[in-house]
Amino acid sequence: MTKLQTLPAPVQDPGKHGKHGKSRGGKPDDGGRRRESRGTLAFSRSARIKSLAKHALLIVTGALMIYPLLWMVVSSLRPNDLIFREPGLWLDSLEMGNYTDGWSALSHPFGHYMLNSAIVVIGSIVGNLLSCSMAAYAFARLQFTGKKLFFGIMLLTIMLPFHVVIVPQYILFSQIGWVNTFWPLIVPKLLATDAFFVFLMVQFIRGLPKELDEAARIDGAGHPRIFLRVILPLMVPALATTTIFTFIWTWNDFFGALIYLTDPEMFTVPVALRAFVDSQSATSWGSLFAMSIVSLLPVFLVFLFGQRFLIKGIATTGIK
Amino acid sequence: MSAISELSSLSRRKGPVTEEEKRANRRDNKAAYVFLLPWLVGLLAITIGPMLMSLYLAFTDYSLLQPPEWTGLDNFIRMFGDARLHNSLGVTFTYVLVGVPLQLAVALVIALVLDKGLRGLPFYRSVFYLPSLLGGSVAVALLWKQIFGTTGLVNQVLALVGIQGPGWISDPSTSLSSIILLHVWTFGSPMIIFLAGLRQIPNMYYEAAEVDGASTLQKFWRITLPMLSPIIFFNLVLQIIGSFQSFTQAFIVSGGSGGPSDSTMFFTLYLYQKGFGQFDMGYASAMAWFLLVIIGAFTAINFIASKYWVFYDD
Repeated sequence: MTKLQTLPAPVQDPGKHGKHGKSRGGKPDDGGRRRESRGTLAFSRSARIKSLAKHALLIVTGALMIYPLLWMVVSSLRPNDLIFREPGLWLDSLEMGNYTDGWSALSHPFGHYMLNSAIVVIGSIVGNLLSCSMAAYAFARLQFTGKKLFFGIMLLTIMLPFHVVIVPQYILFSQIGWVNTFWPLIVPKLLATDAFFVFLMVQFIRGLPKELDEAARIDGAGHPRIFLRVILPLMVPALATTTIFTFIWTWNDFFGALIYLTDPEMFTVPVALRAFVDSQSATSWGSLFAMSIVSLLPVFLVFLFGQRFLIKGIATTGIK
Repeated sequence: MSAISELSSLSRRKGPVTEEEKRANRRDNKAAYVFLLPWLVGLLAITIGPMLMSLYLAFTDYSLLQPPEWTGLDNFIRMFGDARLHNSLGVTFTYVLVGVPLQLAVALVIALVLDKGLRGLPFYRSVFYLPSLLGGSVAVALLWKQIFGTTGLVNQVLALVGIQGPGWISDPSTSLSSIILLHVWTFGSPMIIFLAGLRQIPNMYYEAAEVDGASTLQKFWRITLPMLSPIIFFNLVLQIIGSFQSFTQAFIVSGGSGGPSDSTMFFTLYLYQKGFGQFDMGYASAMAWFLLVIIGAFTAINFIASKYWVFYDD
């Protein structure tokens, strides 16, 4: 998985939603409810069998997908040797030792790495929110020379493989003395290099009624004021999406941390986990699983909490 | 679809013409560049500058310690005769050409099943989407390493039915497949895009087809698939570009080595080893540009081929 492959699809295109929006009215969230009304009685029997088969397929597929994760959770609560013998999910006793062992297995307690990750994540979120929304406002609302060219370049950079820039970037940052600091991971975000979010926000702003800007302009507001007082408050769903995805991508980011953070003091969670594996000749899978779960927990929580925002994003854009 | 269709329509769009629009232009310029300043600095310092620099380095021998030394086409000639590089290309192509279609097929099937007004849709959607958020993490790659290990979960389950499975990850003939499977496991994000796309197909098409007595299969081939083709195309382009850059999974599963016997040596992993393992920065830069050309070529082929199968409603 790379960033590109986890694109937040649901909010991708408020403009497009508008086009067919009327026919789908107020329930953009629920797939085929529109087809439900016709003749439920006529073929209720075959329909019931069909829906049963569908549920069976979905439950089996879903269970198959989630099982490894559940098994990891259960295994982290088991004595180490059972991990290689017990494929089931049954727990005889609750073994918390893996968590305490794993927490202190490296030179710093695991919380230290989580704190490091949190710093990078917060810096990245702030950076993306500020820089991407500013750029998006210019692209969506302002007329300026070179707009078409810059917009095209911005779209192209979304698809640019980061390997093409990583070597000189590394040279650049190492010459400034930024290796083993968080700056190489945060500063690019302050400079809107996650162009995907710029595009996401451009699409969102385009969906907002222009009359609001014009009303504010008639009242004598300049662009900074329109941006801060009119556009930004209305952009909250897009900002939430950006926050959520920046969080997950940054929290999971391994490559950047692998290259720039070589001092254990500065390790973020992904490189700490990797160091965990390397530090032991015979890997203690129990404590490794325990720390893996600790590392996945924030992403999971953000997913639970953030899903509402994503779905709301679709709903609001669909109704408009 | 949006970023891509936007890009292709950009060349057709006309600039402002009226006198009034031109005046408005002049008025906005200053404000616009202020708003764009962070992005412009980033574009120059973090993207375009390094790109040009790496293009230059591709023609040099550079190890960070001494200044780069111009060697002309040497790096590219070396790539031509580098058997490990050729192998890594093969591994990457296999990963992309098997993994991406497989993942998209699963995503499409599940999206189709989910689309038909199913009870519990939000729940299923969450279950299927979750792996694609976790799939890029080191933790899940480590889990994969255990699951497909010699005494891992898969073989434990197989042992229950009396089969002794191979060491999936330690066997060069299956190690790549287990990483491909990890990619397929993350089908949730294209699935969500498919779901959004399915919702945009106007229902009247299906109603008209039903009046004409079309079967489910006919409706799928004649309505759903053509109407969905721009979304399939969008997913295909994005997934291919993304998969060429996959790194973490192969790195963690193989412990950074790309083994066994280079069977999981992705192009990006080899690039990392050259650039940041051996500090052969010139060669790594040449490889990076080669990767860019490959991805560009694949994307171009995709766009050309799309004329024959992607159907645009408007």
